[in-house]
Amino acid sequence: MEAGTVTMPTAEVGQEEQSELREITGPAALGGGRKRFLELLVLMSVTDFKKTYFGTMLGYLWSLLRPLMLFGVLLVVFTKILRVGSTIPNYSMFLLINIVLFGFFQEATMNATQSVVAREGIVRKTQFPRLVIPFSATATGLFNLLVNLIAVFGFMLASGLYPRLSWFMLIPVILALTALTAGMSMLLSALYVRRRDTLIIWSVLSMALFYGSAVLIPVEFAGETLQKIMFINPIVPILVQTRVWMIDPNAPTAVELAGGWAHLIPAAVVFIAVCVLGWWYFNREAPRVAEEL
Amino acid sequence: MPTDLTSAELPGAPERISGHDPQAGDPVAIEIRDVSKTFRIPTDRIDTFKERAVHPFRPNNYRTLKALESISLDIRKGEFFGIVGRNGSGKSTLLKILASIYRADSGTVRMAGRLAPFIELGVGFDPDLAARDNIILNGVMMGLSQAEAKDRVDAVLEFAELEEFADLKLKNYSSGMAVRLAFSVMLQSEADILLIDEVLAVGDASFQQKCADVFHDMRDSGRTVVLVTHDMGAVQTYCNRAMLIHDAEVHMIGDPEEVGREYLRLNFARDPSGEGGDALAVPGLHARVVDAWLEDEGGVRIDNLEGDQKIRIKTVIEARERLDNPVLGFHLYNADNLHIFGFNHKPFEDEDEDEDGDGDGDGDGEGSVAAGERMEVSFELDNHLTNGHYFLRCWVTRDRQAGDMALQAIDLLDFVVFNVTPAPGVMTVEPEVDTRIEG
Ligand SMILES: Nc1ncnc2c1ncn2[C@@H]1O[C@H](COP(=O)(O)OP(=O)(O)O)[C@@H](O)[C@H]1O
Ligand SMILES: [Mg+2]
Repeated sequence: MEAGTVTMPTAEVGQEEQSELREITGPAALGGGRKRFLELLVLMSVTDFKKTYFGTMLGYLWSLLRPLMLFGVLLVVFTKILRVGSTIPNYSMFLLINIVLFGFFQEATMNATQSVVAREGIVRKTQFPRLVIPFSATATGLFNLLVNLIAVFGFMLASGLYPRLSWFMLIPVILALTALTAGMSMLLSALYVRRRDTLIIWSVLSMALFYGSAVLIPVEFAGETLQKIMFINPIVPILVQTRVWMIDPNAPTAVELAGGWAHLIPAAVVFIAVCVLGWWYFNREAPRVAEEL
Repeated sequence: MPTDLTSAELPGAPERISGHDPQAGDPVAIEIRDVSKTFRIPTDRIDTFKERAVHPFRPNNYRTLKALESISLDIRKGEFFGIVGRNGSGKSTLLKILASIYRADSGTVRMAGRLAPFIELGVGFDPDLAARDNIILNGVMMGLSQAEAKDRVDAVLEFAELEEFADLKLKNYSSGMAVRLAFSVMLQSEADILLIDEVLAVGDASFQQKCADVFHDMRDSGRTVVLVTHDMGAVQTYCNRAMLIHDAEVHMIGDPEEVGREYLRLNFARDPSGEGGDALAVPGLHARVVDAWLEDEGGVRIDNLEGDQKIRIKTVIEARERLDNPVLGFHLYNADNLHIFGFNHKPFEDEDEDEDGDGDGDGDGEGSVAAGERMEVSFELDNHLTNGHYFLRCWVTRDRQAGDMALQAIDLLDFVVFNVTPAPGVMTVEPEVDTRIEG
């Protein structure tokens, strides 16, 4: 269906409009107009949310508490047992915001992996831009992230941090992370249609990525060589800058830690590669997912 | 009803509806040009990364399956167009290409007007969502805003007569209810073009009546309808034109009556190898005839039927796959391939509950025949046939509730009726005639 035809109420459509032949191009990742895409995205995210938590507000609260509980456990481990934490200014807030941000990436990509297959019922029988599906997993994750951030801000103020103008930099941080999540989600959801062990592999890889993203301890603790390698991971500079902007203005910036702007190029390349590869692969597979399910 | 093949030809069947008859000059609503579709079916599929890692250089092996071969066709605005063909001939694939669910390998499809949600057995609903949410989702997929889609919900539920089940998740719906909902969603969409794949097979008698009424109306509404069905009666009753697809190709396009006849002829074409007696080679058989014979009063097998004998037929049918709620349809044809009569039999129907005696037995007896089990069916009726050669055919449908059209056409038996006092027509009658001479 073309964008023009779908939005027109039939009754008012003139004879000429109706009898104009338009080519049908088949299913695709996109198509059908921006308005319809957004409407579908919102609706799918909301119904997704309803499906998961319907009737169990408690279930939702629980899902919100999960990162906070993880935070509580890790905080005890790193300040009371390993004692690394106590040498870092505002370590608890550093840990909290990292867990919440990385948790968004991890949870949304994991949910997205199965999303296309889980929607088999509608994918096999209806026509709509397929990209809505992995994006709705990202959107649901984003919603949860925003709710979580309310708690985070509460903790930050309670811990004695003063609001600064640089807190607004959280917006580009979230945007960058969302783009990365969406790119990864496209790739994973399309891969899962063909390879059903994608989920297991990704759960292992994302765990490794958790350690490789310096979520628990600032990256400068890793040592020279390891730090260089870790800077290939685009999540690392994102979290480093988050720390500078949100928690500790005196903390080293990503440019300082990487050793100059040029050393951030690999991370940028990886970032762009994930998004482009995700889009390219999803777009390639979209026309055929309905028949391969 | 799935097995009621040619109700239009039966006495008392509804007459061919004469509605708006699209002319050759009407604008084209769907233009299909050289559309081909081949499926790749992996033979030894590598579907995990693990296997790929173990066999890094093994190529993916595919078997190709031609589902559609160079289909070209124009469907005109306001036309009611039927598509018939055996299971696996490519009908659903064509509809899915029209509905933008599958992409054609080559060729073009052009369409004028808004397309309604495609409906078929097992409709495009999200099983984990309530009916209400599914209706909204469907509306938004069609391009309505959420608010507009919400406004439509009540009308859709009302037409489907499912108001009480608005908040029930689709996975708890029976297949009949789901189809009713889908049908209603499709109709309320106010689209110009409707694609319908074998919905007539499911649902109870009242739903089927409703479908019939709706089809009746649609013929006059100027909407373009493409209907895939096994029900030749429906094709002949509603369609302006019909197409027979055979082995992925257009076998015939034309008058529904002729297409229907050609369909039956193709389906009942004898297997030249003659394996299994009179059984037919239809791909994907779900049942086979073990034996079928004609008997006389004493239970002795006879080959042919003498005028004053009753028709007593026994047949043993073996299920090759599990048959849920099977329906057996018996149909008699004469040498001219004229359908003399037909009736349905449901082995698991509870006779007592079918109080209205209409034989549809709504909601009663369920049961199944396991793979390898045999059914012996016998029936007896008075012989009103005239002299000639007759062919008895049997259709086996599986799982009527879910509407699976595992349709089997089996040539059961042929016999000659002889020694009947010659009479015109195809049956003998004993009328009570009364003549009064007036004036
Ligand atoms: N998604 C698919 N993948 C592989 N083969 C398919 C797929 N869909 C249909 N086919 C095959 O294509 C052929 C035509 O199927 P279909 O269009 O469903 O036939 P019909 O509706 O006439 O019964 C069948 O042999 C079927 O097995
Ligand atoms: Mg089909």
